[in-house]
Amino acid sequence: MTKIEQHPILETQDLSIGYASKKQIQTIASSITIKLKKGELIGLVGRNGIGKSTLLKTLTQVQEPLSGHIRLHNVALQNYSALSLAKEMSLVLTETLASKNLSVFELVALGRQPYTNWMGTLHDNDIAMTNRAIALVGITHLKHNRCFELSDGQLQNVMIARALAQDTSIIILDEPTSHLDLYHKALIFKLLKKLAKETGKTILFSSHDIDLAIQLCDTMIVMTADAVVTDTPHKLIEKGIFNTLFPEDIITFDTEKKSFKIKA
Amino acid sequence: MKLPVLPYPVLFSGLFIGLVFCFVLNLSLGSVSIPNKALLDIFTGNSQHLSWRHIVLDYRLPKALTTIIVGSGLGISGLLMQTLFRNPLAGPFVLGITSGASLGVAIVTMGGSLLGGIGLGILASQWSSVIAATLGSFLVLLSVVLVSVKVRDTMAILIIGLMFGSISSAVVNVLSYFSSAEELQQYFFWGFGSLGTLSWQELSLLALVYTIGLLISISAIKTLNSLLLGDNYAKSLGLNLKRGRLRIIIATSLLAGTLTAFTGPIAFIGLAIPHITRQVFKTSNHKILLPAVFLFGAIVMLICDSIAQLPNSDYTLPINAITALIGGPIVIWLLVKQRKMVF
Repeated sequence: MTKIEQHPILETQDLSIGYASKKQIQTIASSITIKLKKGELIGLVGRNGIGKSTLLKTLTQVQEPLSGHIRLHNVALQNYSALSLAKEMSLVLTETLASKNLSVFELVALGRQPYTNWMGTLHDNDIAMTNRAIALVGITHLKHNRCFELSDGQLQNVMIARALAQDTSIIILDEPTSHLDLYHKALIFKLLKKLAKETGKTILFSSHDIDLAIQLCDTMIVMTADAVVTDTPHKLIEKGIFNTLFPEDIITFDTEKKSFKIKA
Repeated sequence: MKLPVLPYPVLFSGLFIGLVFCFVLNLSLGSVSIPNKALLDIFTGNSQHLSWRHIVLDYRLPKALTTIIVGSGLGISGLLMQTLFRNPLAGPFVLGITSGASLGVAIVTMGGSLLGGIGLGILASQWSSVIAATLGSFLVLLSVVLVSVKVRDTMAILIIGLMFGSISSAVVNVLSYFSSAEELQQYFFWGFGSLGTLSWQELSLLALVYTIGLLISISAIKTLNSLLLGDNYAKSLGLNLKRGRLRIIIATSLLAGTLTAFTGPIAFIGLAIPHITRQVFKTSNHKILLPAVFLFGAIVMLICDSIAQLPNSDYTLPINAITALIGGPIVIWLLVKQRKMVF
């Protein structure tokens, strides 16, 4: 077996994120230094309002960083045009689809848009990539269904397949498991793990399902009020980082069982 | 009960045959009864009947072509607006196009007493309402476009378009309050909409702008499809959102703005045709929807016009009344039959 290439796909250096207006600068988090490697599954966790979304928005070029650097494939993120970024980074967002009146195949094929001509004509290669993405996610039986006929869990799979069809080196998912039941949460996480391993893509997702993320992620980015810590789940537990995640009045982290407990 | 989905080639062939049939039907009906055989003679150049020739070639034919342009153009601009604003209630006129055109015409027809001699001077020209309506809708649209370049949120543009519309309507109201009964009547006749008043000269100008609008719409198909996912997904697929949005707004303005200028505000078609098409074709893929809306729009408009003519009578009903009378029940029937709206 060949050794996995270890150069970082996406890295940040002393990144500060937040909102800047003419009058004031509101820093949400600072000195964020992370390195995301090829084929890794990375979970981003932290309590509500700590800045997970802001970090994801900054990494996906939706908003500008306050200071610091983001490099994708060793090239500064701001040097990417919208189209060249679309070939390197695909997204799965929390927003609902504007229209569900498309077949699963049509929707997944929209992921090929960065590569198609002005009419969006699908060539053999695009069709093959679309079918491969559908097969990888395991929804081939749904291929000809309309998206409004699907359950939430199935629809999330379709959106992941669409991101896969976009054929990027990194996929970023914003809370892919919210409003799914425990079984389907685990299903999505296992799928992401499998995809990272089999396709060698870097997969970064934000989530509130910390217990599940600890079990499956290669690396976790933990955002606390004081710092942004990146490490393997095992080392993060050793360092006791998860205890600092929430105010300790109601829940605590059980290091033995690797999960949170409600205080009696 | 669900309506069956027929394969696209079958649906498209059916619609195309329907279009040809309705076109011929539209030509053969009118206040003067002309037999079908004579109609054929006129087109093959064998007709000796000069007045029939004149009626068909200089009145009915341009009218039928105008009808196709109006039906398809309004349908397509309605489709563009519904996709851009992700709103099934949007139509070609949400951006304030009609109100702008109405304002232009209102100033020419009713502002005469306020503006004095200048207004009357323009009024004398046969092109006056066309020019005024074009200017009016163009000005309102220009404001909306300028705002849309600044504003990030697509929904905000929708509200701003509605606001511009309300402001122009308010000015029209003020104008009509101060104008004479004759001027009011003239303004209202324009508001009924009319397809049959275009000369070949006017028609060719209309067709030119229409073709440009149509080509821009076709070039926006990929953008429209990516917008089905939502603004942020579209951006992540490499779409320049502002430029794509501007292209869609310009196409709509060219189509709906010019059509309104030439034929008056024709209601309903722009809102209803995209819905009818989506219910029948069961897809939101614009590669299918755009040509389908073109065909449906043209067919429905031809049928409405044929009815409005009240064949073999001297009366012509206002086209605006007919479009809603025919189209309304169709949309209601489709929605009830399918039990749910697909968008």
